[in-house]
Amino acid sequence: MAKKRIVLTFPPTLVGQPITYHLVKDYDLMMNILRGVVTPNEKGQLVVELVGKQKALAEGINYLKSLGVETQSLAHDIKWHEDKCTHCTACIPTCPTQAMSVNRDTMEVSFIKEHCIACELCVSVCPFKALEIQF
Amino acid sequence: MPKTIKEINEKIKKGNAVVVTAEEIIDIVAEKGTKKAAKEVDIVTTGTFGPMCSSGAYFNIGHTKPRIKLGGGTCYLNDTTCYTGLAAVDIYIGATAVQEDDPKNSVFPGVFKYGGGHVIEDLVEGKSVVLRASTYGTDCYPRKKLETLISLRDMNEAVLFNPRNCYQNYNIAVNLSDKVIYTYMGTLKPHLGNANYCSAGQLSPLLNDPLYKTIGIGTRIFLGGGEGYVVWQGTQHNPGVKRKKNGLPQTPAGTLAVMGDLKQMSSEWLRGASFTGYGSTLNVGIGIPIPILNEEIVKYTAVKDEDITAPIVDYSKAYPEVVPGSVGEASYAQLKSGSINISGKEVPTGGISSYSKAVKIAQLLKKRITSKKFYLTEPVALIPSVKSGINFKLLNERPVKRK
Repeated sequence: MAKKRIVLTFPPTLVGQPITYHLVKDYDLMMNILRGVVTPNEKGQLVVELVGKQKALAEGINYLKSLGVETQSLAHDIKWHEDKCTHCTACIPTCPTQAMSVNRDTMEVSFIKEHCIACELCVSVCPFKALEIQF
Repeated sequence: MPKTIKEINEKIKKGNAVVVTAEEIIDIVAEKGTKKAAKEVDIVTTGTFGPMCSSGAYFNIGHTKPRIKLGGGTCYLNDTTCYTGLAAVDIYIGATAVQEDDPKNSVFPGVFKYGGGHVIEDLVEGKSVVLRASTYGTDCYPRKKLETLISLRDMNEAVLFNPRNCYQNYNIAVNLSDKVIYTYMGTLKPHLGNANYCSAGQLSPLLNDPLYKTIGIGTRIFLGGGEGYVVWQGTQHNPGVKRKKNGLPQTPAGTLAVMGDLKQMSSEWLRGASFTGYGSTLNVGIGIPIPILNEEIVKYTAVKDEDITAPIVDYSKAYPEVVPGSVGEASYAQLKSGSINISGKEVPTGGISSYSKAVKIAQLLKKRITSKKFYLTEPVALIPSVKSGINFKLLNERPVKRK
């Protein structure tokens, strides 16, 4: 099984079409939508994680390209600098996926990278610059 | 039987003082009762680590050859503005000072990447910073310009001197408006998107001595990793607020002015901070030992997060416009659980002060005392309490008559 995180940008003409359905049905890909913004008559953007066979993954992405969907690998990541973190928990209410989480007994913060969707909301909220965008 | 600080210090010296943290005392009192706990325990250590804007440091940088008089001139440390209205080579830098060319909030919200708090952090980390000054010349101080690298080792004195630290309780900040706001309590999302609080609760020094019966002028404390002293009540000290039966204030109340030798301190306990859209500041770590002189005092130190409540204040309107009142209250136990209920809505909570760092400070102070590295001092005067008549007031603005 291969895994790929990509940013899909849909032109306005494609926003109304069931493209993700075909990706799942025709290419047998597991899709986890990390983030989605659709502006009617303008464009749509999806950040997805696709999991499937290497070949199916490549074919699925080719299918998207053939339709005119712009695809781009998710190039950035959030890095948590533990040494800079003071465990104040200011980031906690901003994180939509609980990637930043607290042990409620010790009140210590930890970062679960697998849950992070790189939405960057935490970055400006941290007073100690403990969260950084990495390209 | 009541104990004295002198007796407690004798016990420290002999190595048999019983020292516990303000967390540990809770179970001890619950298990043994106040009478037995007061007899057995000698000291309760507290701790707090949060942004404290009314902080700063003064330095004597040493005289130059030929001499220069910075007093009346301008001086920067790493491009951050210092106060020079003192003698020739004494300067002060405040935690919220910004760099000369910082765009501040002109590009909103400003990031305030580096400021006075960061200069202090860099210095205690042992780094050299750039000192740049210009001034007017005199017969005794002819030099007009100075640019040099300087570190704490180069300075004669480097003293952390904070006019207001250690707030006794604090507001819970929320945003009732329909847009994001950027405050010293962090970024607040619209429509009660989050609730931010700032106190170590049951570990906080002044919440363990709510009526200021032991903490006074001259109390030796853990300050920024080194040793310091309480030197006065802090600015905005407001002992006359509404309190519960156990003396706990229901709103922000007492404060402390503290000072200590910056050269002893470390960046683990003094940390520059940047609040988006608000400014830069300094996170200060403070730990205060509370001598268990009698049963009444041990009762105060057994305070629990469940017992301490803070007012929920709207920072979009009520706080900036100074509208009294709150939209409710919540206990620190509720705040630490991750969400509080405000008018039927579950609102996620975020801290501004670090509880886990506060725990570490209380433990560190306990260790210093039991290893005979830290002795208690008798305060030379207590700070004003409930009956002092001191009340924090707003500025009464008066028109300026132009001639």
